[in-house]
Amino acid sequence: MRKVGVFVCHCGNNIAGAVEVERVTEALRSYPGVAYSIDYLYVCSDPGQDLIKEAIAERDLDGVVVAACSPVMHETTFRRTVAAAGLNPYLCEVANIREQCSWVHRDDIERATLKATQIIETIVEKVRHDEPLLPLAMSLVRRALIIGGGIAGLQAASDIAAAGYGVILVEREEGVGGRMAQLSGTYLNFDSTVDLLREKIEAVTRNPHVTVLTRAQVEELGGYLGDFKVKVRRQGNDEEYEVGAIVVATGYELYPQEWLSEYGGERYPDVIDGLEFERMLSPTGPTGGEIRCPSDGRVPQEVVFVQCAGSRDPERGVAYCSKICCMYTAKQAMMYKMQVPQGQAYIFYIDIRALGKGYEEFTQRGMEEHRVLYLRGKVSKVFPQDGKMMVWGADTLSGKGVEVAADLVVLATPMVPSAGAFELARKLRVATDKHGFFSEAHPKLRPVESLTPGVYLAGACQAPKDIPEAVAQGSAAAAKVLSLFSQEKITHDPIVAVVDSELCAGCGICVEVCPYEAREIHPLTKIAVVKEVLCQGCGACLVACPNKASQLRNFTPTQVMAMIGALV
Amino acid sequence: MRYLYFPGCTLSTKAKGFAASGEASARALGIDLVELSQWNCCGATFPLATDNLLALVAPTRILLNAQKEGNHLVALCSICYHVLKRTNRLLREETDKREKLNLFIEEEYRGEVRVFHLLELLREEIGFEELSERVQKRLQGLRVAPYYGCLLLRPFQEIGLDDPEEPRILDDLLASLGCEVVEFSHKTECCGSYLAMNSSEVTRELSYAILHSALASGAQAVVTSCPLCHFNLDYRQGEMAAHYPGFTQIPVLYFTQLLGLALGIESETFGLADHHVDPRPLLASKGLK
Repeated sequence: MRKVGVFVCHCGNNIAGAVEVERVTEALRSYPGVAYSIDYLYVCSDPGQDLIKEAIAERDLDGVVVAACSPVMHETTFRRTVAAAGLNPYLCEVANIREQCSWVHRDDIERATLKATQIIETIVEKVRHDEPLLPLAMSLVRRALIIGGGIAGLQAASDIAAAGYGVILVEREEGVGGRMAQLSGTYLNFDSTVDLLREKIEAVTRNPHVTVLTRAQVEELGGYLGDFKVKVRRQGNDEEYEVGAIVVATGYELYPQEWLSEYGGERYPDVIDGLEFERMLSPTGPTGGEIRCPSDGRVPQEVVFVQCAGSRDPERGVAYCSKICCMYTAKQAMMYKMQVPQGQAYIFYIDIRALGKGYEEFTQRGMEEHRVLYLRGKVSKVFPQDGKMMVWGADTLSGKGVEVAADLVVLATPMVPSAGAFELARKLRVATDKHGFFSEAHPKLRPVESLTPGVYLAGACQAPKDIPEAVAQGSAAAAKVLSLFSQEKITHDPIVAVVDSELCAGCGICVEVCPYEAREIHPLTKIAVVKEVLCQGCGACLVACPNKASQLRNFTPTQVMAMIGALV
Repeated sequence: MRYLYFPGCTLSTKAKGFAASGEASARALGIDLVELSQWNCCGATFPLATDNLLALVAPTRILLNAQKEGNHLVALCSICYHVLKRTNRLLREETDKREKLNLFIEEEYRGEVRVFHLLELLREEIGFEELSERVQKRLQGLRVAPYYGCLLLRPFQEIGLDDPEEPRILDDLLASLGCEVVEFSHKTECCGSYLAMNSSEVTRELSYAILHSALASGAQAVVTSCPLCHFNLDYRQGEMAAHYPGFTQIPVLYFTQLLGLALGIESETFGLADHHVDPRPLLASKGLK
């Protein structure tokens, strides 16, 4: 019979405030199979973990239950602890008496205490039937796929290649460089983006470890972390690649102007968006860098820039702040004033978000040195009148309406995910948020990982970002890829489904329900088999299997029945 | 096709021509507008305060009466449509407010009736292409400015009739009748609405800006779907002529009047003689009467 140790955590006052932990500990002491039971202020602390290690050694425990917070928080911690004491980590389980008990029953200590005891008893039953498991070994292809050849993708590619690993860079357009190649210059110092990019592009394309595929798109993705199979369609042909990790860097496009009908973009030639103005400012653009009204080619004497044109506006556009517009609009207005010194630049803004090193000083320079006129308020409407574009707005500082007869109107429309990002996300099995941006695994602590193992995120595909942020994220994603590639071997959690071949009738229902494509019917034996590295242990097949042939390791029917038995 | 119809107060008094031309046109198109057997004033404003439920009792009663006789309700007046459509949505979606209102009227109504504007019915049940084929007398050479105002389209999330900033429905209707439709900047600006009651100066200014923009676009007439817009735009033109030197008067018509003329209906009941700015010389010049 297994000797289980129970460690009840106070979590300061988080648990002990609603659960009488001493009573719980005492009650468990006499529960069948429990050889040892103790409570402690913070079991996750170093002394708390030492308590577990010592008990395993001294009392010869072969099963551990930590009654504490959600297993999402510290299951890994405690499994590592028992492993350090020489016990198989899968013989350690966490009983959640915080999120599912003390936090929700603050008003009833008596019942909370009883409930905590029962939760722990069920987990003791589980541990008594747990089997020691070994992690599954997986193959690791030390080559990365990067989707998108903008600045974020280029940065990730150059970092990974510099470490000596192979990179396949897939770019949809004719050439790499992405949106940055379309810009006129950077803010802060008006550097030429073309010059900045040239270096980066050369570093990537000249590196023998990098294969750049242009006019190419990812068609299909199979496999898993360490061993992805990618089908790339390039100029009409399909090519197959094997890679161990993927960096998504598909970038952004601008919110369609025609969806903001009050501003008349796409309807009136002299209403353009920020990227169109960048092309106009760029020496490689259609006007050779000359600022001209698209309607008749005249030099605009009055230019109105509209910030938050569709952003921070849940009714007409998107609710979020597009983050880069305050800065690039300031830059554009300054570049206009440098080219047309007698002209007037107006910027309508809600507030100026200059959050970065040197950013605030830069916008101040626009106001003070270049005499850009900032008007705090929104523009309500733009329409043609007597050959000019009439701009109606509000100046909320003076409380008055403002009318400007402008020659050119530039809309700072928000960044949105680039076309096809959603379809790509589905192929990669990566989640997107409600705006279509790729979702990071954790908003604070895992910003460059997706929840799909082996798929990392860089640049504006995840949220609006400027160049330095996209570069930082490209490097961060590369660091994640490199830390994966530098491992000797990689393993997979062994809590996966197994099929009892005696019971399986080969009906194939489990193949249908598996969301991870981890199931197939074996061509010869005609019974279901599990592709263990793909299995995420979700349990869908267990429920679906009419014969109970599908089981999940350490979640067997015996265990579940014993857990129920502890309750009723 | 039989549809329940809510004329509302103004169409029964000041805007009889709007009602008569709308009803006759609908009939000519096979839409039988059957007046609700019992109705009251809709209240003419949707309350701005979110807890002013008392103001919603009147429109709730209209909708409840409609439910007893059918499942659709058609309005012609923009304001009636606005109030009924928004009240209906609130009764359908906001459970707590619905419960209170139902307690108040001592009957159960859950927002099941579908509220239409006649324009919507023309677009969805007839279709403007089909309508164009049914036109007896094309309004060739008549340059019109379609004026939407505020309440027909806003708030979009609740009304959902058309894009509130760049609407097409009235443009498309008038084009299907053969009119030349001008683009003008002020087609969704406010005419001053109820400010007509306490500040004729403000309404005059706002309405003048609309007419000015229509005139500048070369329009010969402004077309509306709202009796209050009509009042502000049409009736105030006498004052405008006194205030703004060089102002040219311009007829303001209901869309149903042009629809009726295009369908070849006898226009005697259309109230064309009741306008402040007489539209008949313009219509006559295009061979219409």
